[in-house]
Amino acid sequence: MSYIYNTPEDQQAMLEAIGCGSIEELFAAVPQSLRLQRPLQLPEAMGELQLTDHLAELAAQNRSPADTVCFLGAGSYDHFIPAVVDYVGSRGEFYTSYTPYQPEVSQGNLQAMFEYQTMVCELTAMDVSNQSLYDGGSATVEGVLMSLDVTRRRGRVLVAESVHPEFRQIVETYLAPLETEVVSIPCPSGVIDQRALADELSDDTACLLLQHPNFFGCLEEVHQIVEVVHAAGALIVSVVDPISLGLLERPGDYGADIVVGEGQSLGTPMQYGGPYLGLMACRDSFVRRLPGRIAGQTVDRRGNRCWVLTLQTREQHIRRDKATSNICSNQGLFALRASVYLAAMGPEGMRKVAELCLQKTAYARQQIIESDRLEVLFDRPVFKEFVIRDRENAVEELLADAERAGIFAGVPLGRWYPDLADCFLFAVTERRTRRQIDRFLQFVSEHTTSGVTHAK
Amino acid sequence: MRNKHATQLIFELSRAGRSAVSLPTADVPQQPVDQLIPERFLARTAPQLPEVSEPEIVRHYANLSTLNMSVDTHFYPLGSCTMKYNPKRNERLASIAGVVDVHPYQSESSLQGLLRIFFELQQMLEEISGLDAVSLQPAAGAHGELTALMVAAAYFREIGDNRTKVLSPDSAHGTNPASARMCGFDTVTVKSTSDGFVDRDDLISKLDESVAVLMITNPNTLGLFERGIAEIADEVHSRGGLIYLDGANMNAILGITRPGDFGADMMHFNPHKTFSGPHGGGGPGAGPIAVAEKLTPYLPVPRVARLETEEGYTYRLDWGQPRSIGRVRSFFGNCGVLVRAYCYLLTHGPDGLRSVSENAVLNANYLLSRVKHFLPVPQGDRCMHEFVASAAQLKSDTGISAMDMAKRLLDYGFHAPTVYFPLTVREAVMVEPTETESKEMLDKFAETLFRVTEEAADLLHDAPHTTLISRPDEVTAARKPKLRWQPSAED
Ligand SMILES: Cc1ncc(COP(=O)(O)O)c(C=O)c1O
Repeated sequence: MSYIYNTPEDQQAMLEAIGCGSIEELFAAVPQSLRLQRPLQLPEAMGELQLTDHLAELAAQNRSPADTVCFLGAGSYDHFIPAVVDYVGSRGEFYTSYTPYQPEVSQGNLQAMFEYQTMVCELTAMDVSNQSLYDGGSATVEGVLMSLDVTRRRGRVLVAESVHPEFRQIVETYLAPLETEVVSIPCPSGVIDQRALADELSDDTACLLLQHPNFFGCLEEVHQIVEVVHAAGALIVSVVDPISLGLLERPGDYGADIVVGEGQSLGTPMQYGGPYLGLMACRDSFVRRLPGRIAGQTVDRRGNRCWVLTLQTREQHIRRDKATSNICSNQGLFALRASVYLAAMGPEGMRKVAELCLQKTAYARQQIIESDRLEVLFDRPVFKEFVIRDRENAVEELLADAERAGIFAGVPLGRWYPDLADCFLFAVTERRTRRQIDRFLQFVSEHTTSGVTHAK
Repeated sequence: MRNKHATQLIFELSRAGRSAVSLPTADVPQQPVDQLIPERFLARTAPQLPEVSEPEIVRHYANLSTLNMSVDTHFYPLGSCTMKYNPKRNERLASIAGVVDVHPYQSESSLQGLLRIFFELQQMLEEISGLDAVSLQPAAGAHGELTALMVAAAYFREIGDNRTKVLSPDSAHGTNPASARMCGFDTVTVKSTSDGFVDRDDLISKLDESVAVLMITNPNTLGLFERGIAEIADEVHSRGGLIYLDGANMNAILGITRPGDFGADMMHFNPHKTFSGPHGGGGPGAGPIAVAEKLTPYLPVPRVARLETEEGYTYRLDWGQPRSIGRVRSFFGNCGVLVRAYCYLLTHGPDGLRSVSENAVLNANYLLSRVKHFLPVPQGDRCMHEFVASAAQLKSDTGISAMDMAKRLLDYGFHAPTVYFPLTVREAVMVEPTETESKEMLDKFAETLFRVTEEAADLLHDAPHTTLISRPDEVTAARKPKLRWQPSAED
């Protein structure tokens, strides 16, 4: 009972003040028939020392990029996190506070939020950003739902098959109880099939959901796509990798209407998939449909510049069932970390980190093109990851052997794309070194069945 | 002490050419960027991010942080949010290698320790809820509500029962009706009685075969254990409906009574409240849900399963649920928050958890006993883990509103209680002291609150007086939204 102050004497004094004989009596409103008549069946309490040993023992049963070279990506990336991000994120005044309902004692959080919103707008070339959603996947579905509201078209949404399969699954799950149809746009060559796209656009299509760079790492022909989608009166909901925006044209500049994405790359550790950071930004004209908290600038009664939560009539605590979303707790801490990350990087650092990813990925790709066993699947420009095909069609064994050799070699694609059962996704962040890439290729050459000539 | 030279906007601190990082040059042969990426994909302009040095960043944010109240620094009796102490050991343990740095698509064999944590956490939450199966996937309480409603919708779809409505009391948290709407249900509000319970007559008049779910909070948002909860559940069940329990107030009943035992079919936990996850200036949270057996097949995937082998247990992700609703977020869940919850539960054990609730309820009742003499608590003089006072009388007598009191408390070094929620109490002041405060602190708070009610209304209308800013103009903020910094139009 490490965190409770009350001594038996305190309890006695408090009960007397209340005018109550026992703590038990305080629970009189809970009928005996509903009481749990036994102790909870849970492990016995552990002290801090014991707990620390226990967690250490459990952690030792896991492997991680700390001991295994990591080429895993697919939405969660092993990017470097500067120490200054951890420092700011572990200040108790930030991490043990809550939603800034009282602006007078939350200016630190509110100003940091306003700065975050500005940075996200800069990164995406959009007009407004909210203060975070849960993660990239739920931000994606919020973007799709927002497109239904903004366009008042509820017939269908188009979803490219090159969007993260889990994000697509979330869209399907959220839309299942609603009347809107989810239509998949095929991507047989690793990018959106524009003919199929044109065929599926209709006057009740709310949006096209695309990802750029897409799940396969490939760049989509966004300019052409935006043009046909807009011509049909539908919106572009674009899933972005924020790191790529150090180099690539920003979504607002190519015409995206709603931008969403996973912000984990910006200073959040991978921690098995969460908590992460749902990014969301949009055009000015949609701001009153934007879900989530938003900080706005104003002045106080003495005329000082300050910040408050604003446009709250969008939100559940005011509008209840008419709110734009049900979100309440968000991912504020990771929005803060993203701000610190972006401030530390600056425009030049963002460009450099993106270029390091690009150059290292290009090197790895070139090496794999020359490999006997592996080949690069899609012949398209890529940013920091790409699809590799195993000519021996033994992806599972290859990845398992690689892991034994100290390499997390990639994410197998068969689970989501049965046609790509002989493929895996390979990601190269700025943390990977040439030696690690060479080590992987060395491993592959040692695991290539000799005597078999592979058709190249 | 705040240094105002460091708290301009970070953009205003920016100077061209400064940077806090120095990245290595590539150790691979370099190619011109436009040979790797065709021109048409490349940015023509760079994002205008701030250009600042590392010391500036530290000073900026360290100073900003001092402008916040937080649990580490202040009593934070924000009702409904359970702002209890955030144990430092949990922060440390959630940050160790093998926990904080694992990739979500690592193989199961490389994750046995972590999967065991989540399996055991599932089991513990099943036991605490008295329900049959748990999904750890949802990212917050509201997300858990939505997920569970999707589960309910899938269940009714499958049994061919077309139910279109969700009922929720007028005292419910806003997320309840908002979640129901997002799931495609029509929401119907059930009235509360003047003593703060669900109005049974009103409920029964609205209960028919079109009602899928009654969402109920118990203890409710007034801090009362819902009278006749089991009978309410029976009535809903007898019409074929399901009971959803908003578990935000579990801090009152750990080990005392279990939602599954009082009739709930599904519920969410808020580990960031009940199990002491820090709130991070807005988040993260987590929103694991527990459901009864008949709803289990519809839970999101994956969940963690345990297999017994000769060498002992192995853990794996179970995807094999053909009737699952699918997914509500990417990857496994808000794992860092879940690991903290696991540590919290192991720290307490069964007796410790019960003691958490006992002391949370004791503290709330003690504070109630001190406050009710000068600030009426319309719903009686006993509560569970929190209570809702009303400043309505005070306001009509003196002009002092709930907002005035909230603002003035800030001057005295207390975070304000939740005000104007629940909507069923006029001038609501919702106080949740939690178990991690001392009697002395509660005494000081009660004395201060009393003092505030005695102060001049005019003084209070302008409060707070000691904070850096006071009473921001929220109307202008909403009418002329300024939601980002602009280089040109600065003041
Ligand atoms: C009663 C109640 N229900 C639901 C929620 C929503 O939980 P979360 O903020 O984790 O989404 C809250 C939290 O604010 C609450 O107090």
